[in-house]
Amino acid sequence: MVWLNIVLNRLVWLVPTLLGLLAIVFVLSRVVPIDPARLAAGDNASPEQVAAVRHSLGFDRPLPEQFLRYVAAVARGDFGTSLFTQQPIADDLAARLPATLELTLVAIVLAAAIGIPLGVVCGLRRNSWLDHVLRVVTVSGLAVASFWFAMQLQFLFSMKLAWLPLSGQIEGFPPEHVTGLMIVDALLTGDTEALRSAVRHIVLPAITLALPAAATVVRFTRNGVIGVISSPSVAYQTAMGYPRRLIVWKYVLRMAVTATVTQLGLIFGILLAGAVVVETVFDWPGIGAYAVRSILQSDYNAIMGFTLWAGAIFVAVNLLVDLLQAAIDPRGAR
Amino acid sequence: MSDILTVADLTLGFRTEAGPARVLDRVRLSVRPGEIVGLVGESGCGKTTLARAILGTLPAEATQVGGGRIELAGSDMLGPGGGRGVRGRAVTFIPQDPFASFNPLFRIGTQIMDLMRWNSPRRDPAVRTGWYSPARRRADRAAAIAMLEAVQLPQPARILRKYPHELSGGQRQRVMIAMALLPEPRLVIADEPTTALDVTVQAQILGLLRRLAVDRGVAVLFTTHDLGAAWEICDRVVVMYAGQTAEIAPREGFFAAPRHPYTHLLLRSLPEEGRDPVGIPGSVPSPLRPPPGCRFHPRCPRASQVCTEQAPPLLGEGHLTACHHPVGGALGDTLDG
Repeated sequence: MVWLNIVLNRLVWLVPTLLGLLAIVFVLSRVVPIDPARLAAGDNASPEQVAAVRHSLGFDRPLPEQFLRYVAAVARGDFGTSLFTQQPIADDLAARLPATLELTLVAIVLAAAIGIPLGVVCGLRRNSWLDHVLRVVTVSGLAVASFWFAMQLQFLFSMKLAWLPLSGQIEGFPPEHVTGLMIVDALLTGDTEALRSAVRHIVLPAITLALPAAATVVRFTRNGVIGVISSPSVAYQTAMGYPRRLIVWKYVLRMAVTATVTQLGLIFGILLAGAVVVETVFDWPGIGAYAVRSILQSDYNAIMGFTLWAGAIFVAVNLLVDLLQAAIDPRGAR
Repeated sequence: MSDILTVADLTLGFRTEAGPARVLDRVRLSVRPGEIVGLVGESGCGKTTLARAILGTLPAEATQVGGGRIELAGSDMLGPGGGRGVRGRAVTFIPQDPFASFNPLFRIGTQIMDLMRWNSPRRDPAVRTGWYSPARRRADRAAAIAMLEAVQLPQPARILRKYPHELSGGQRQRVMIAMALLPEPRLVIADEPTTALDVTVQAQILGLLRRLAVDRGVAVLFTTHDLGAAWEICDRVVVMYAGQTAEIAPREGFFAAPRHPYTHLLLRSLPEEGRDPVGIPGSVPSPLRPPPGCRFHPRCPRASQVCTEQAPPLLGEGHLTACHHPVGGALGDTLDG
């Protein structure tokens, strides 16, 4: 019942949110001083040819009409055609989604698996040397530019030590297509060669993405634990002789991670919308790299499609976070 | 019979930003098996600190023990590892605030069964792991259901499936009482168990607590600022003032013939038919700068020179008083004498 309410509530807001997003992106894309018709027509096109292209693309219509046409097309599932790949944007995005999804999932799992235990320990041993060390590390983790960190990793582990590949998603033949996620497909088809290659390729980009995410997780978990550890329920359980580890890792943890879960959801959304820098540095064939290329080429149908995708992801992630919160905290029934 | 709980000359304080606070000063207290003792005092007199010291749950880094000892069921609670293996078994706890003392995110049943997993009387104390045999789990669950019935909660099996926020304050405190009795302890420490509840519920909870404790022969140390509550359920009363034990007396003697001037004034501050309640002038001193000698002397109508210099020892047989000039003593019969 609670879940249904949350879902309905979010769905009601979905339409105006996306419409607003579309409007903003549309206006921005039309005020930039680039003529898409000229771009599409090519460098050697005559003014007449450019005008013809402009007419065929509908750019000679009034702006409101263009916007309405665009919205109507989107409503039909038509995000337009990339000016460069000549493919429907939806197909381009769909083709690149698995790579981004795989990288994001690995990075998030890594960030949670490292960040939550460290955050709990820091919260319990507040102001211990470990807490101080991790504070420095987490602040650095958030402050360090990811392209710089990525390049340091590449320099050390790929070029100097030659332990891991420099870039790309896989070497040799990819595994048979099942889900689109390389590691999962390799596991499902028992392709150990591809599995090894896929895992080796994902390590560095996943670490690069996981570093700031883990830093955020550590900080939120630590603060959550500090807030909960002095609560009356912990004092009660201590007085009643519940074992310390049970109190901490079951009762305190669940209360402490509510804020962390929200943060993880947001990070998940950000990464899923395309880890722009990391995908570019590691030449990862995902949505982020696609977005960068579209921007550099002024392929604004693609830019708008990507933006819409990112917005939809955020709405979906918010819904997911709300549902998770409801699962964690039964008082959400209010 | 030997005492289940002995607190002897316990002096204890906290490090605070404003300097050391001496919250407890040579406190004495004892509880015999099966006895219900009321620990009475105003807010800030140190009774909750004393309860937490007995349970061994004071924050170790801020607490300074100045002297004395706490012995509970034969264990030294101030010693190394103080109270481990005792807490939750020989001694259990009923908290002041049944609203905040449950973890809001877990079902009542989960919280009870986690207690039983570790502190059930059916648990073999030699086993150090959390192994929970299905047979013991069944027995513990049956005991939990029976205990929830004993605290007069309808449909106990349904209560186990509920979350804390789905119960009323009175229901939650009944569950707390059930949880305190489930490990079959020898002593229950109840820290103002009814303060957070409606007045109408308070009397029911107190009556229930007394009846269950007497039936099972469990001793109760019951802190309260409510003399009426102490009259309702206690066998013996201990009065604390500003971290010192002022008077210890059996219930009848305490209410009929209080000897400490503070107790006297405290009883006179209760509303009664035929006269207006009289307040005690002044206020409780700060533990940061307690007055020397008897801590009550600045507010005491009987105070003399000696009261400002020497803390009075706790004297007497059965009815003990820490006062240089007790009521009914050398200065005459009445307080104003």
